[in-house]
Amino acid sequence: MKAFGVLLRRELALAWGRGGGPLLALTFYACVVVLLPMASGRAPERLAAIAPGIAWLALALAALLSLERLFERDYEDGTLDLLALGPAPLEAVAVAKCLAQWLATGAPLALAAPVAALMLGADLKVMPLLVLCALAGGLAFAFLGGLGAALALGGKRGGLLVAVIVLPLFAPPVIFGAGALDGFSAGLPWTGGLMLLLAYCAGAVALSPLAMGAACRNALD
Amino acid sequence: MLRAVLIEGLAITRGERRLFSGLTLTLRAGEAATLVGRNGAGKTSLLRSVAGLLRPADGAIAFEGEAGPLEAETARAEHLHLLGHQDGLKSSRTAWEELRFQTLWTGGSEASAREAAKRFDLGRLLDLEVRRLSAGQRRRLALARLVASPRSLWLLDEPMAPLDAGQRAAFGAVMAEHVAGGGMILASVHDPLPIEARSVPIGGEVGA
Repeated sequence: MKAFGVLLRRELALAWGRGGGPLLALTFYACVVVLLPMASGRAPERLAAIAPGIAWLALALAALLSLERLFERDYEDGTLDLLALGPAPLEAVAVAKCLAQWLATGAPLALAAPVAALMLGADLKVMPLLVLCALAGGLAFAFLGGLGAALALGGKRGGLLVAVIVLPLFAPPVIFGAGALDGFSAGLPWTGGLMLLLAYCAGAVALSPLAMGAACRNALD
Repeated sequence: MLRAVLIEGLAITRGERRLFSGLTLTLRAGEAATLVGRNGAGKTSLLRSVAGLLRPADGAIAFEGEAGPLEAETARAEHLHLLGHQDGLKSSRTAWEELRFQTLWTGGSEASAREAAKRFDLGRLLDLEVRRLSAGQRRRLALARLVASPRSLWLLDEPMAPLDAGQRAAFGAVMAEHVAGGGMILASVHDPLPIEARSVPIGGEVGA
């Protein structure tokens, strides 16, 4: 447990600095949110209707951005060897990496999501739900993205592979979250979508570390 | 503390190519062995398979602890160091941050990391980013974790390459001390180690 804490702190420091860290994701997020309304036409009422959805979708894209190299650098510079010979199994190492990724980029993005939605003209009352969805969804994105990054280890054009692996896995949480947000703003039942999103997130956090550990072992062999 | 490593009938295949087979080697506490062979003979692969990172095609690797046979997983998580060409040092972090992490991760303490830094004459370099170290300084930083966290089996892949003559002698003393204290060293080398060590030829179909 102590070793896990040591690793988590290091991963946080690395995630904070890696490729611009949270700033890169936040800037990318801002770009999408600013450009999308320009592309979607001028009617403010139409924009307000899709605002929570856009804020939510852009979040998934921004999360993808910094995930590609999650394991790759450690694999290339020999850190993964060292991590494999430590007191914690590689599965725990994967959890630490994804958790750090979420804390360093997912959580800041979740806090930025309501600001973005407000700019797009979304209703104020949807904000608490948006933050909740963004936090849970961000956690799922971090773990699923980590899974993609681990599976792509050692392959050429790993980045492309990550996107292809991760895309179908990102679809359900995006749908569930958008369903909850849409339902809530339209005054329809919305708890179902939220529950599914939380369940999907829990499943991803519980299962993907097993796959990441196996994928890392395989890459080292 | 490990008492022995028993390698029996080991064969390693990379891709389609069989690197070596039938390698049998027993290393006991207080012994050092050097792996010699041409480039690509499989020295690094042998070290990585002892560390459990690489699955051998055939044969077995067993560990013996104080109280008889030891689970390979435990032995690898607690009792061995692997130091290869890639030292796992992040160039954007400071030498101290990296040494501290590697030490704590492998079971040492902050105090032992400071002690090891002193031993390898790293004192003034600790605040520098790893990218600003020379190859020899960087290697000393990597070697420091061997001393900083007490693990009895050292698997070293060309440990001396970037060191100058003085540093080689100093590291020789560190190795001699480790072996005298009941440690084990298995190292791949091109130049002989500056300590007494058995030489194990690797490559072809030759066992040892």
